[in-house]
Amino acid sequence: MLEASFRKKLWHFTLEIKIKSDNQIVVLWGPSGSGKTTVLHCLAGLFNPSSGSIRINDRIIYSSEQNINVPTRFRNIGYLFQDYALFPHMTVKENVLYGLKSRSGNNALSAQEPMELLNFFGVGHLVNRYPRQLSGGEKQRVALARALVVRPELLLLDEPFSALDKRTRISLRHELKNLHRRWQIPFILVTHDEEEAEFLGDEIISLEKGKSKKINLLRTTRS
Amino acid sequence: MFIQLTDWSPVFLSLRTALIAVVVVTILGLPLSRLMARREFPGKDLLESAITLPMVLPPSVIGYGLLILIGKNGLLGKVLSEMGITIIFTWWAAALASTVVAFPLMYQSAKAAFKSVDISLEKAARTLGAGEVRIFFTITLPLAWPGILAGLVLSFARALGEFGATLMVAGNIPGQTQTIPVAIFFAVDAGDNDTARTLVTIVTIFSFLVIFWVNRWAKRQNY
Repeated sequence: MLEASFRKKLWHFTLEIKIKSDNQIVVLWGPSGSGKTTVLHCLAGLFNPSSGSIRINDRIIYSSEQNINVPTRFRNIGYLFQDYALFPHMTVKENVLYGLKSRSGNNALSAQEPMELLNFFGVGHLVNRYPRQLSGGEKQRVALARALVVRPELLLLDEPFSALDKRTRISLRHELKNLHRRWQIPFILVTHDEEEAEFLGDEIISLEKGKSKKINLLRTTRS
Repeated sequence: MFIQLTDWSPVFLSLRTALIAVVVVTILGLPLSRLMARREFPGKDLLESAITLPMVLPPSVIGYGLLILIGKNGLLGKVLSEMGITIIFTWWAAALASTVVAFPLMYQSAKAAFKSVDISLEKAARTLGAGEVRIFFTITLPLAWPGILAGLVLSFARALGEFGATLMVAGNIPGQTQTIPVAIFFAVDAGDNDTARTLVTIVTIFSFLVIFWVNRWAKRQNY
């Protein structure tokens, strides 16, 4: 469960957002420059909001009032970057194991679970390859496995399909829905593609720079 | 015979001063260049210009500056001589002169190398639970390594070739402060062509190999 409400002063305008999700897919939709990625960065702790609060399950990870600001590495949030940000000097296996090594005590998992996850994503045969030897779709699957192997309580996805051709995009959309059903954690997904937003979103939040230099909050809930 | 050298001490002395210079330049240069590659702060341009200055200053100006600093009545020299330590006209002064001229080369190579590392890789590592130290040693440093190595090699070559400032602060004491470039100058001056030719040959071949190797490396670094 994610409950977030915060403001962030940006160069041209002030971003204001409220997100609540009990394990749904929330889509942040809007044109480029509307602050979508900034929202994800604030949730992950890569940027600090100007004020507000963020709560995941029973844990407050950010609160300007209570002076709480949990560092990124302790937030337990998975983040799929737009260009996937796979470590180019590490094999697929090393990429996926990277997060497990950060968390001591989790080593018992490190033998089986990553392999299972890679097989689940259909990239189990690629473990010894380097990212440059992968296709766009394969990169995305590896990046997803890497983000999920640490069992995050929330998954953030920044334009997950923008680097892919149309066919791959459509099949991966379905995969993502299945993944979400299986994983049972909130997904926050950023996109500028309307069709994608409607297909994936249990809830869509549209972000736009208003002339008032504020963000209009528009909510449509799909049946 | 082409290689005719009765006294090899300039070669060993040069290697020793250059090695010391490279070690100092690395220890100081890496953290500083890392900081400057990622942070913005007031006065950064001024600081950066000061760091790079020895690259364009005449060696005699650097020598003069060092005399002011470590000369018998110099700012630092006075304090040190009260403690019974003399730097001026020892091989330590040669090492210091080499360090000052080699530093900008290391700094610039390392800074460019750190800058070339995609910042989203560091962010990704953070979301995977890695602390800053681990990120530096597992992501930033390995990816910046080719550029840093080039900086190491170039600064070593530059330290080895330092002449003007070295002559001013370390002098020409055979076996003690007479490095290769200084030895060449005085060999020519004294009409000792065998020694001059041998040392010139050694330095030229070595420098050529260094540059050749750095260029090869620069070509190969693509992930």
